[in-house]
Amino acid sequence: MITFAIGLSIVLLIVILFLLFRIGTLASIFRGSSQRAVGTTKVSNKVNSVLLLLFLLIGGAAFFWSFADSWDTMNQPLASVHGEWTDELFWITMVVIGIVFVLTQILLFWYSYKYQHQDNKRAYYYPHNNKIEIIWTMIPAIVMALLVFYGWKTWTNITSAAPEDSVVIEVMGKQFNWMVRYPGADGKLGEAHVSYVDAVNEMGVNFSDPNSMDDFMPREIHVPKGKPVLLKIRSRDVIHSVFMPHFRLKMDAVPGMPTKFWFVPTKTTAEMQNETGNSSFNYELACTEICGQGHFAMRFLVVVDEEDEFEEWVASQKPFSEEHPDLLAKFTLDSQKQLVLENKSEKAEEVKKEL
Amino acid sequence: MSSTNISTHEVHHDVHEEHEHHHEQNFIEKYIFSQDHKVIAKQFLFTGIFWAFVGGFLSILFRLQLGWPQATFTFLEPILGGWVENGKLSTEFYLAMVTMHGTIMVFFVLTAGLSGTFANFLIPLQIGARDMASGFMNMLSFWIFFLSSIILLTSLFIETGPASGGWTVYPPLSALPQAMPGSGLGMTLWLVSMALFIVSQLLGGVNYITTIINLRTKGMSMTKLPLTIWALFLTAVLGLLAFPVLFSAALLLIFDRSFGTSFYLSDIFIAGEALANTGGSPVLFQHLFWFLGHPEVYIVIMPAMGLVSEVITTNSRKPIFGYRAMIGSLMGISVLSFVVWAHHMFVSGMNPFLGSVFMFLTLIIAVPSAVKVFNWLATLWRGNIRFSTAMLFAIGFVSLFISGGLTGIILGNSALDIHLHDTYFVIAHFHLVMGAAAFFGMFTGVYHWFPKMFGRMMDEKLGFIHFWLTFIAVYLVFMPMHYLGIAGFPRRYYSWTGFEAFNMFADMNTFISISAIIGFSAQFIFLFNFIYSIFKGRRSTPNPWHSNTLEWTTPVLPGHGNWPGPLPVVYRWPYDYSKPGAVEDYIPQTVPFSETQSSNFPHEKDLE
Repeated sequence: MITFAIGLSIVLLIVILFLLFRIGTLASIFRGSSQRAVGTTKVSNKVNSVLLLLFLLIGGAAFFWSFADSWDTMNQPLASVHGEWTDELFWITMVVIGIVFVLTQILLFWYSYKYQHQDNKRAYYYPHNNKIEIIWTMIPAIVMALLVFYGWKTWTNITSAAPEDSVVIEVMGKQFNWMVRYPGADGKLGEAHVSYVDAVNEMGVNFSDPNSMDDFMPREIHVPKGKPVLLKIRSRDVIHSVFMPHFRLKMDAVPGMPTKFWFVPTKTTAEMQNETGNSSFNYELACTEICGQGHFAMRFLVVVDEEDEFEEWVASQKPFSEEHPDLLAKFTLDSQKQLVLENKSEKAEEVKKEL
Repeated sequence: MSSTNISTHEVHHDVHEEHEHHHEQNFIEKYIFSQDHKVIAKQFLFTGIFWAFVGGFLSILFRLQLGWPQATFTFLEPILGGWVENGKLSTEFYLAMVTMHGTIMVFFVLTAGLSGTFANFLIPLQIGARDMASGFMNMLSFWIFFLSSIILLTSLFIETGPASGGWTVYPPLSALPQAMPGSGLGMTLWLVSMALFIVSQLLGGVNYITTIINLRTKGMSMTKLPLTIWALFLTAVLGLLAFPVLFSAALLLIFDRSFGTSFYLSDIFIAGEALANTGGSPVLFQHLFWFLGHPEVYIVIMPAMGLVSEVITTNSRKPIFGYRAMIGSLMGISVLSFVVWAHHMFVSGMNPFLGSVFMFLTLIIAVPSAVKVFNWLATLWRGNIRFSTAMLFAIGFVSLFISGGLTGIILGNSALDIHLHDTYFVIAHFHLVMGAAAFFGMFTGVYHWFPKMFGRMMDEKLGFIHFWLTFIAVYLVFMPMHYLGIAGFPRRYYSWTGFEAFNMFADMNTFISISAIIGFSAQFIFLFNFIYSIFKGRRSTPNPWHSNTLEWTTPVLPGHGNWPGPLPVVYRWPYDYSKPGAVEDYIPQTVPFSETQSSNFPHEKDLE
């Protein structure tokens, strides 16, 4: 019954709107305004040009208000060295384009209002002016050149080779979670390949590689404050993307092609909790490349420690091979397989060096 | 070429033939398998409008999910069936919707619907030709597009759902049915549909280019062409060069999916087993895809630029400012559009050096775009502006193009793209600059050329309401998305409540969704106006906007062959509006200088 009533009222509403439309059309025929060329009638010109001006004023005001109002939420807390560079570059660019935005929008709507049709007026025949055109081609070209230069400097700094003493962490994406691996005491990650993956050894680590013996795989990422951290990124199924918004860091995880990104965290989790006044603040890792139905749920925790806390945490971690001795046994038994693996490990090393 | 000869020398014979021909045509030849460019243009337009509503509706569905993540949508069950479980949209369906929304809007609406409609309709009419170079190929182009449409539409209704890996269909996600249900039959249909779509685009493109080069009427030199034709010409060139590359990308993907090759696949463990594929590169697909994908955004926006230039100059009653600079900037954009593709891939893992190169090339493209905006503004300056609905949409286009284009300067900067890549900042950017702006260009075109298409005017008042609701809604939807994006809010997220970093935007997401629903509803005003005016609109005069270009020298409803008598002869450029000394404030291209002594400039005195 209610559905019927709703349906009926919608139909009535449409009928009323239609009648209003018909009345309006007929009225304009009686007034004779339909005889004039479109866009030359006084009322509709006035209304539209005033609305355009109002749109500029009210829209502009609303934009600035909402921008100021969202300022705190849109600026994610920042906790990396290169993030300071990119944030600065971002806001400088925003100011540049903001100026252009304001000027051009004002001109657009102001001209539309000011030069609305008048019966006794004629437009000014002004087909071109080479001087002006050269000037307003050169200005954007120069501004762009400066922005390119600044951007290029920042980009090359960010993508330069990671320092030798970086803390190395392997991050692997899979449907639908992240896994990480630390190299352990020897500082070297053991070789890994999808052919070793099984229900226990989800990262596909080759445990006949001596380097992998002390590798450990924690449930969250810990990094030391103030030290360079190199993320070695890979995926074992589809493309994922490592995104840590607070570190302004993003790099795709591509199956078959290891990628990397290095950064220096500047604030510990505890410091950030103090600064934001949010005692439950956490750094997060999200996936930003569509990877399937669980794409939105690939959350992983990142913790920034003071350096000594980090060392303690590393010391407290148990190597994966120790926790799963049965896995290790499987690898040592299978001696034939081992030969093949060694060949592969050399290859993998080469690839990593190249990148 | 032969048709121009016939038309200039055997006028009477030609007319006679036309006349006879009309009687012979039955319904099917005239309205369905028609070879008349005007009918084909309308077919593209109707199909495009249909697709736009489908694509828009899909976006409303996923905006419901994003705006009210906790709500249950049991009322959608009758429409969506199994895709809604206990009032919750399924995550797979969410991804299917964003994928189909993108595919439909980019390819089926803004490529086929926009340039398909206006290239077909305007090219012969504005260059003074009887029809396209090959009417048959033109017909084929539409019907292959139609077939491709049917296949894509079918994929929406199959059990495993349509393609769901995003409109960019990056493998391995799109290559492996184990990765998601949509990568099964849905993806196959997507690829088949897209292959047919490309064939249709190529048939159309060859035709547009050939027609513009060969069939211009007497006096219509390349530098007397309206900017619409220049834009459509360069668009067709871009399409012809770029679409085959997408075809090759799709072909290799088909091989990987069905024949066990490894072009894009390597080292994959999925659904409990390691695959044998090795040596492929998913990044290869991205290069191939974006080699089309980036020119594609210019394929979408350049026709809109052309239409808008034409409408702004007509309704400002002023010549377009810097005609040659406008053509030059279109050419600049066309060339540059082929060397910027990898700015979509700054964080794909490709060599950072490439990133530097592509940042440089990308930011250069801002220069011709800026020139275009300045020239539009200069055209408005000291004009005598008539606010027809088309003109309002043209002004709206310029506004949106500025707003969306400027943020491209940020995203084209590889250092800034690190944080913003695949966030709502990108969504806001491209929806403003190539989504909404191209739609506004399309509306500009429909409102402006409707009288020539159907012999009747669209209702201006409804047009105003449609414009204002749409314009406001577009800004309310996409401006706040910049804020989300600056905070890093990732795109294609079914739900964002799980992340502390992104869950503070609940109100803003609701706000965006409400605005989107208002904006979508406003399109029904357009739909009503469009359909009603075809049958009941006020009858149009041959040249209702007092415009200079050739299409307005045809009868109200041009028949087969466009001009009943001989083809018009062109003497001047299309932008002699408000020329000092002229009687009227416009002088059509067909008026010789000898008839306008009072307004001729010194160098024009001796011209014909």
